[in-house]
Amino acid sequence: MNLASRIPPGPLDSKWDEHRFAMKLVSPANRRKYTVIVVGTGLAGGAAAATLAELGYEVQAFSFHDSPRRAHSIAAQGGINAAKNYQYDGDSVFRLFFDTIKGGDFRAREANVYRLAQLSLNIIDHCVAQGIPFAREYGGLLANRSFGGVQVSRTFYARGQTGQQLLLGCYQAMERMIDEQRLRMVTRHEMLDVIVADGRARGVVTRDLVSGKIEAHLADVVLLATGGYSNVYHLSTNARNSNATAIWRAYKRGAAFANPGFTQIHPTCIPVSGDYQSKLTLMSESLRNDGRVWVPAKAGDTRAPRDVPESERDYFLERRYPSFGNLVPRDIASRAIKEVCDGGRGVGPGARGVYLDFSAAIERLGVRTINDRYGNLFEMYEEITAEDPHQVPMRIYPAPHYTMGGLWVDYDLMSTVPGLFVAGEANFSDHGANRLGASALMQGLADGYFIAPPTIADYLATNKPKPISAAHPAVVSALAMVEERTKKLLSIRGKRSPESFYRRLGKIMWDQCGMSRSREGLEHALRQIPELREEFWRDVFVPGTGVELNQSLERAGRIADFLELAELMCIDALHREESCGGHFRVEHQSPDGDALRDDDRFAYVAAWEYGGEGSPPVLHKEPLTFENVTVTARSYK
Amino acid sequence: MKLAIHVWRQSGPTDAGRFVEYHPDGIDADMSFLEMLDTLNESLLARGERPIAFDSDCREGICGACGMMINGVAHGPSRATATCQLYMRRFQDGAKICVEPWRARAFPVIEDLVVDRSAFDRIVAAGGYVSVNTGSAPEANSTLVPKHDADGAMDAAACIGCGACVAACPNASASLFAAAKIAHLGLLPHGQSERNRRALRMVAQMDAEGFGNCTLHGECQEVCPKQISIDTIARMNGDFIRAGCRGGPEGSRGGGG
Repeated sequence: MNLASRIPPGPLDSKWDEHRFAMKLVSPANRRKYTVIVVGTGLAGGAAAATLAELGYEVQAFSFHDSPRRAHSIAAQGGINAAKNYQYDGDSVFRLFFDTIKGGDFRAREANVYRLAQLSLNIIDHCVAQGIPFAREYGGLLANRSFGGVQVSRTFYARGQTGQQLLLGCYQAMERMIDEQRLRMVTRHEMLDVIVADGRARGVVTRDLVSGKIEAHLADVVLLATGGYSNVYHLSTNARNSNATAIWRAYKRGAAFANPGFTQIHPTCIPVSGDYQSKLTLMSESLRNDGRVWVPAKAGDTRAPRDVPESERDYFLERRYPSFGNLVPRDIASRAIKEVCDGGRGVGPGARGVYLDFSAAIERLGVRTINDRYGNLFEMYEEITAEDPHQVPMRIYPAPHYTMGGLWVDYDLMSTVPGLFVAGEANFSDHGANRLGASALMQGLADGYFIAPPTIADYLATNKPKPISAAHPAVVSALAMVEERTKKLLSIRGKRSPESFYRRLGKIMWDQCGMSRSREGLEHALRQIPELREEFWRDVFVPGTGVELNQSLERAGRIADFLELAELMCIDALHREESCGGHFRVEHQSPDGDALRDDDRFAYVAAWEYGGEGSPPVLHKEPLTFENVTVTARSYK
Repeated sequence: MKLAIHVWRQSGPTDAGRFVEYHPDGIDADMSFLEMLDTLNESLLARGERPIAFDSDCREGICGACGMMINGVAHGPSRATATCQLYMRRFQDGAKICVEPWRARAFPVIEDLVVDRSAFDRIVAAGGYVSVNTGSAPEANSTLVPKHDADGAMDAAACIGCGACVAACPNASASLFAAAKIAHLGLLPHGQSERNRRALRMVAQMDAEGFGNCTLHGECQEVCPKQISIDTIARMNGDFIRAGCRGGPEGSRGGGG
């Protein structure tokens, strides 16, 4: 397997510009001769589909939703980073680059991250021009706020609904192209396989979720923008239908999967309340701008929060990390919260929670200002918990939120399968071992609006793909495989629901491959997961047929893929004998519990190649070199 | 909790459909309404029956995928709440709860509680955007937007496209949906050049999809999970009339209003 990252030569700050000139172009008259398939219509997919259509390519976009406005990007609350330095607080492209590299615990590519920081400027310009109603100062200029892991204010936001507004921007851009008949949008279709013919990605196989019809769609290039896989934990902040099927199918067709064990557990989520729970709700990181995190200083203190005097509270993030305080990066905050709860100082049911307290901020700024900033989040919290955060501190606990791992891509966002591009959370590219807040929206839009369109053009101009026939053996066999798998799921007729397996998988993954991992736990998980998978294929019950709307069938197929992906995640987490970012191995920590990286042995991207049915995956390493930053132990103290 | 849930079951677009009564076990007051339906579905599955089909995704009130009539009210009894954020503690123990899909000619039923809302996408396609190609934008702060306008635009832009406004309207009008987009873009300097054309085309598309007209009942704003005001409809009507006076979409001159 060839892991050529194709990072352009030259100084860091001119790599992208030089590369843009070096890339080949497709002339306007020739663009309509090329068909591009985009799978997924979140920020990355929507932005790419709209832009490629504007440029004149024949674009077909697929989504399992009923509309391209529903992808989970919509739920991003807090904001989007950009190095505009509008606040004149010392920000710069280099600082955003540096913060992101450091925040990712030195496990991302310098060249990619620098390009991301550069493009952050263009993203804000473009989104403002689209009519995104970003927050403004009274003078009419754009407003900013702070996020975790940084000491500048560079986050642009639209109340607590930034992801929604940015996604609606993509959606509207797509609808404009649909109206002009330059983009074909296919909704309620789920991608179930990639067609790889003669070594190149040439299309996808989809199932129409309403009629059940399984079809092949052919193209000259395929872009996957199908999001992350946090739902492997069953309970996460991801939407209920977010899944790994598209990237997992691509993996099995030859696309390497990079750093599958790098997952982000977000510190501020509403704690689990019961077994019936279908998802966990995130409380935006922006709340940590004004909320203070604390627990009672003594274990077993069951007094109501207001009855605990200041002197008997432990503001443990402020105490341990005085420079960054409550705004330490997510991995560090999550681990600190887990530690105090493990030490018996947690609050609320099961003592799995800590307080996020706004009383000081309300006193300082007034209820109105706090409501302006976080009103919708406070309402959401109250609706779910029946407690008013103006009166009682929020209770929060970490939950799976984002996956830094994903399909391996080169600098052009192309996977190890030629012609298969991957954008947004679905790829592994920019966040290393931990993502900073407000950077997912930035990456999705950078990939979709600004990177994939020119790199896809270069691929088409260089390779000039010839039309492929629907009778090509690769098309026929991909169709047959999807048909067969669908039939198999329906024919088992066992005794247990897909959901029951899913819940058990989620528990294994949360316990053994969650916030902290150990050799023993991972090895245990690696015994349990294949057993569970085997039981699934023997005893699952999927009602109905394949030729109708069948939500149980959809879910069963996704869970079947999670049952395979989970194993790869544990293999990756087990092989990485170091702690970095969100990947915390208990064997590798400092005396005060900080992550201990091993740069001599693990400064590489772990790209796993599918080894075939029943064979272990094969590890390939892409070494990471740092020429522009000094690699240090990450400190937020 | 003990509940009697009457759910609309319809196996497909051509089926007549009927209510079926269920008495789900294991319902907890801290469950969300959709978790109650999940629990009911697990028990149907255990009996080998077809689970109730319904759309949902984010389950935090922002994607707009979910939505059903609950006791005759779109999204149920909590104000400013999508169905996924409705909690069972809002219901009395022993309650009878009636669950139906959105009902409107322009939203045909696909199965059970799942309806086809693609008409909304076609309304947006008729002009609910600013025509700006990627890469062509000027520096973001080169245009000032008064905070008051940006806030007003955000109020309207908060629409999640769930369709509750249509379901609640006696005329099954999509006016609040279309008006929210027209108000959002019309309040910003960036949306001015296409303002007239946008109003005329979006209203025409709304009619073509078979939605009714607005007679200002105000039911839509009552059920809107994002509390979008019918003031936006007044703005839409203003834009529509003004645009009409200027001689239709192609006759649009200058910046509008």
